Amino acid sequence: MGHTLVEKILGRKLNREVRPGDMLTLPVDWCMVDDIMAPFAIEKFYEMGFTKLYDPDKVVFIYDHFLPTTRVEDVRQIKEADAFAKEQGIRHIHRTDGICHQLMVEKGYIKPGDIAFGTDSHTVTYGAMGAFSTGIGYTEMAAILGTGETWVKVPASIKVVIDGTLPENVTSKDVILKIIGDLSACGATYESMEFTGSAMEEMSIASRMTMANMVVEAGAKCGLFYPDEKTASYCGIETKEMLEALQPDEDATYEKELHYKAMDFVPVVACPSLVDQIKPVNEVKGTKVDQVFLGSCTNGRLEDLQMAAQILKGKKIAPYLKFIVTPASQKIYREALKDDTLEILSDAGAIITTPGCGLCCGRGGGILSDGEVVLATNNRNFLGRMGSSQSQIYLASPKTAAATALAGVITEP
Amino acid sequence: MGMTMAEKIIALAAKVPVTRAGDIETVTVDRLMSNDGTTHLTIDMYHNQLKHPHIADPDKLVWFVDHNIPADSPKTAASHKKMREFAKEHQIAFYEGEGVCHQVMMERYVRPGELIFGADSHTCAYGALGAFGTGVGCTDYLYAMVTGTSWVLVPSTIQIRLNGKLKEGVCARDLILTIIGQIGAGGATYKVMEFVGEGMKSLTMADRISICNLCVEAGAKSALMEADEIALTYLKEHGRTPKAVLKSDEDAVFEQVITIDLGEIKPIVAKPHFVDNVAPAQECFGVKIDEAFLGSCNNGRLEDLRVAAQLIKGKKVAEGVRFLVVPASRSVYKEAIKEGLIDTFVQAGAMVMNPCCSVCWGACQGVIGQGETLISTGTRNFKGRAGHKDSYIYLASALTVTASAIAGEITTSDRV
Amino acid sequence: MEKTFTATIWVLGDDIDTDIILPTQYLALEHVEDMKPYAFSPLREDLAGKIQKGDMIVAGKNFGCGSSREQAPEVMKALGISCVVAKSFARIFYRNAINNGMLLLENDKLYDQVTEGDRATVTLGEKIEYKGKTYEISSLPTNLMEILEAGGLVAAMQKKNGKKVE
Repeated sequence: MGHTLVEKILGRKLNREVRPGDMLTLPVDWCMVDDIMAPFAIEKFYEMGFTKLYDPDKVVFIYDHFLPTTRVEDVRQIKEADAFAKEQGIRHIHRTDGICHQLMVEKGYIKPGDIAFGTDSHTVTYGAMGAFSTGIGYTEMAAILGTGETWVKVPASIKVVIDGTLPENVTSKDVILKIIGDLSACGATYESMEFTGSAMEEMSIASRMTMANMVVEAGAKCGLFYPDEKTASYCGIETKEMLEALQPDEDATYEKELHYKAMDFVPVVACPSLVDQIKPVNEVKGTKVDQVFLGSCTNGRLEDLQMAAQILKGKKIAPYLKFIVTPASQKIYREALKDDTLEILSDAGAIITTPGCGLCCGRGGGILSDGEVVLATNNRNFLGRMGSSQSQIYLASPKTAAATALAGVITEP
Repeated sequence: MGMTMAEKIIALAAKVPVTRAGDIETVTVDRLMSNDGTTHLTIDMYHNQLKHPHIADPDKLVWFVDHNIPADSPKTAASHKKMREFAKEHQIAFYEGEGVCHQVMMERYVRPGELIFGADSHTCAYGALGAFGTGVGCTDYLYAMVTGTSWVLVPSTIQIRLNGKLKEGVCARDLILTIIGQIGAGGATYKVMEFVGEGMKSLTMADRISICNLCVEAGAKSALMEADEIALTYLKEHGRTPKAVLKSDEDAVFEQVITIDLGEIKPIVAKPHFVDNVAPAQECFGVKIDEAFLGSCNNGRLEDLRVAAQLIKGKKVAEGVRFLVVPASRSVYKEAIKEGLIDTFVQAGAMVMNPCCSVCWGACQGVIGQGETLISTGTRNFKGRAGHKDSYIYLASALTVTASAIAGEITTSDRV
Repeated sequence: MEKTFTATIWVLGDDIDTDIILPTQYLALEHVEDMKPYAFSPLREDLAGKIQKGDMIVAGKNFGCGSSREQAPEVMKALGISCVVAKSFARIFYRNAINNGMLLLENDKLYDQVTEGDRATVTLGEKIEYKGKTYEISSLPTNLMEILEAGGLVAAMQKKNGKKVE
């Protein structure tokens, strides 16, 4: 009996065959620690009796939730992380470079087959590269920082097969939202999701990251794409055998299989206040919005900004509407400067902020008051996530965001 | 006996032939600027304290959301919403996220000879275009908004005569900080600071705005400069014509005359916790910084970004230092993109923010923590203004701030 | 940990996410004690102030979905909540709770029967008794029970590192 991709990745790490339900003690390739959780992880690390990191070169500290700082206590978090990094000889620190998940991939840390843990639930993003990655709490991170390993129960897998070509007005965001809607917010809890089919092969790395990023919203442990030529070229690797080792067997066993035709997808939104409340954009069209947010680790990449710019070029956003654009990293910011994307968006009336988590984590970047409605490209629309619990959040694709910014009401691109 | 420029502008606004320092005049206000620092309070007063709420002339009102944009809390978002809805209802010019109010006012509204009230102390910046701008509180603002008029105590004038040219590496900001240090934080209270002399010719519009903007830190009611060739060219480029081009008569009476040789000015910093606590920059060399801020209505213009970008090009922001670069307006941002300045900053490791008041206001973006030190081109270094009450702010020029961001400690542009 | 205990019930709904358990703006407060008043505030502003030591929460499906913020179970523990009984739990929250010694019990029937303010009796690894009816609960996998019994992952690691447990 064959193996799923997650079984292949985990088994390869341990040089043995693994099956769903097996409890494994796994060596960890990457520990990603963000600025919200670093001080807590550090405190637990010492409390546990550790004095030295298992390997400082496998640890990446990224400050993104609190930058730019909006509260005086934000700085304390950063200082504590800095002091620890210095003491422990951590070289991989990104203080103002952008959002952690974007940087882990963009800066070349993550390679196919890697095992990565992060103190943020959207650590699942690296599944786009064919790596096993998932979010954990700071206590567990502290234990990994000390020991270099942790336990994982091998998950069962859900296979999602999408063939064909997506309609012009549909993006990978619509695809993953639709899948979450079909599975429900806990439909993949504890499980691994695998994405395959010709539509997935066609997808850019950026689009794959959008999908992998959101599998946690269905409760999944990880969301994996099969490493291919695009992955290899993005990572600058040529190890053909490794890529071959990281494909599932044809006779692998799946808990569930979902099959879609790409052409059947339509632009969708997740309605307030749950990610699985999915409706076609057309069913909520005309809903007035006060703000549109384009950004986050889900949809703050160059192609996302470009999609919006294409729709907004030479046009102006609706009057009295706030359109906030937060590129996911400084590298993306520069690329978007170079190809005039930012200028087009600024001309249209966008407020372009410095890269970071921004509004998605609700600490700044366009917080909402009672009664306000936002359409946003990020990953969560939980009650009160972006400010007042009396505000409403719709999640959508960058194309829907741009069309909505133009009209001032929810609009299909 | 002749009149000062301030007296002339007020006489014009009061529709009287002559007025003198010490007189009280009823004036018609040409323009009323307000921002998200206080407008929500003005709106509350409008609704709650007036028997017959109305606006004399909505066309004279210009409102900005610039202090906390994008909003950092539900409370500020609610204030913005209140402004937005009121502005929409009353057809008031409304700018949200377009930039710092004073910069956008200079780009789009201010005309020589006008009398302008702003619900913000740095409204005195408009003197750079020969307009009498002065900061007022909500109540005064509301009165002018409802009646179209207000009363003004005609101020006396301190005339500052500038000769020569600033040296390389010295900025207009060094000049104004030097002057404030010299006359003290209350040295021009209730007075107008008027700048004249052949030294003016070497000062760009950006320099002039920077100088006038900071005069309130010496207590001045307003700052004034004659709308000369340079100012009129700026005005024309921005599609406007003057209301009146005025200057002080030769036989006008001045409270005080100060003469300054621009060539003598050196890089200077204002040390914590007051703007007049100035010292030559070299006295502060080596002070470690945590954050550097280039921006604000004082120093976030294209010219400031240009000199800073030129300095930092090919270099990096010091490790652990947060360098915030905040263009003063959308048009500054777009020009800076075109000139490649924004790319230079990002490449060097700076964080480029959306145009707003940022850490100068100390609430929204880039607040500093306990024990931290900020070097800033902002307007004020009062205790706690940029964040934690136990933190330190040094004010300096765009060049000195950028040099310090590179070095990680206070230094000047010739040393990096 | 007591094998059997009786607790007052607070009832919450389905999909209680981590942003509800503790909103982002309070995550960086210095001590968990400072965070306590804000627990559950987007949903029920006054709830944190009403919860007494030893009380339990009964909720629907997918409790704790959302982010990896461990402040969520930590603040619940700090409020004195003895356990959460839910139809199902999100996985990161589940691990975090165990790592903090916070007891989570899965039962898919109790939620549909309970009334807030009533009391129920829990017998670990066996059952919950409520209004004369018995609701089954299963026991945890061994490795998790070890962490829970040690009082959380910190204590378990201290033991491993030979550090004196305080």
